[in-house]
Amino acid sequence: MRDFEYHRPGSLDEAGRLAAEDGAMLLAGGQTLLRDMKQGHPSPARLVDITGLVPREIELRGDTISIGAGATHAEVAGAEVVRRHLPVLADLVGHIGDPAVRNRGTLGGAIAANEPAGDYPAACLALDATVRTTGRTIAATEFFRGDRRTVLEAGEIVTAAMFPIVTRAAYIKFLNPAARYAMVGVFAALGADGSPRVAVTAARADGAFRWQEAEAALTGEFDAGRLRDVRLPLDGLSEDLFADGPYRAHLAEVLAGRAVSLAAAAPAVVVLSHGSPASTDRQHH
Amino acid sequence: MPEVSLTVNGRAARSGVEGRTMLSELLRERLGLTGTHVGCETTQCGACVVHVNGVAVKSCTMLALQCEGASVTTIEGLAGRGAPLHPMQAAFREHHALQCGYCTSGMVMMALDIARRFPEPDEATIREQLKGNICRCTGYHNIVKAIAAGARTMTAADRS
Repeated sequence: MRDFEYHRPGSLDEAGRLAAEDGAMLLAGGQTLLRDMKQGHPSPARLVDITGLVPREIELRGDTISIGAGATHAEVAGAEVVRRHLPVLADLVGHIGDPAVRNRGTLGGAIAANEPAGDYPAACLALDATVRTTGRTIAATEFFRGDRRTVLEAGEIVTAAMFPIVTRAAYIKFLNPAARYAMVGVFAALGADGSPRVAVTAARADGAFRWQEAEAALTGEFDAGRLRDVRLPLDGLSEDLFADGPYRAHLAEVLAGRAVSLAAAAPAVVVLSHGSPASTDRQHH
Repeated sequence: MPEVSLTVNGRAARSGVEGRTMLSELLRERLGLTGTHVGCETTQCGACVVHVNGVAVKSCTMLALQCEGASVTTIEGLAGRGAPLHPMQAAFREHHALQCGYCTSGMVMMALDIARRFPEPDEATIREQLKGNICRCTGYHNIVKAIAAGARTMTAADRS
């Protein structure tokens, strides 16, 4: 890894100024960034560490759960307020990476990184979250902008995300049996306003997206049967050693049906490995 | 060169490091604590797990400079020289939970993190929690048994 200047500023303002300069990047938990820097991409000249500066409070505000961007995955997964009011989110976050990664990785870092196989971006899209930064408040649907990209400008720092509470929601991810990251994940939710939302992650190289054809089919009746004839277009799907495009499309179609069925029963997260449940959760907290 | 000051296994430590120096490198190459191993360097294998401020982290994916003021515990900090093994280390020995031993220090440090959160973890929980610790010898079976036994011993000791 190329060496860099390390800065630990005393305020978010100072962090924003330092990070706005050429070649600078923000460092949160580092579980994506440091790993990627070891591969040589990216290769910043300066890292601005915002750990300790970003809010990490997790609280209920009316019908929304607000999570400070500095909250680690372990903190979100274990937070009583999330487990009680939005258990599907607690369980999703409790399955990001592994326990050691969850002790370092943060909400802000995860959504700013927008990894193509990320779990948080799918949750933000399906739960219709709102992202707050040092400069603005923006809907999740506007925030993510393709492969590892977001609308964040140089020096702009994510400070929180707000998740509206829903009662019918489920997330299912199918793990690569060797590397154990998601090959496809589908998050299905029925909004408090009655609108269905289906977000798919890991399927496309350019990251999580809302599957509008599936949402249209579910409008009016949130029932898995309505998805029977919905097909995910192959255009833009990831292809690698483990899965080609048609396989990923089929996975997305099957998982979407299962997620809707699960959501109809109770909020849930299921992690599949080798086709059988690796965990159906709740006993792990 | 920037400096970092921290506490390692209860003792104050201070070292000049580069920005890019990882905690694993600080421990092994500057402080001589080679019990922490480095396997994949891609945040997957868990050989480098240590505790920072009481929780398990992958020391190959944390900058040394991010540890300013932190309290770090490594495998060397679990039992003093000549002292009895920590109950979790003893459980690993008792249950033959290692073969080559390369993953073992990371496994033990993760096992302690599991025991902290789950006083009596069942097999499914232990296997799920070991997602980020890879062993290429044992097939995990005896590691899982050792962690269950070690956690039980620790919980019993806490209650007595």
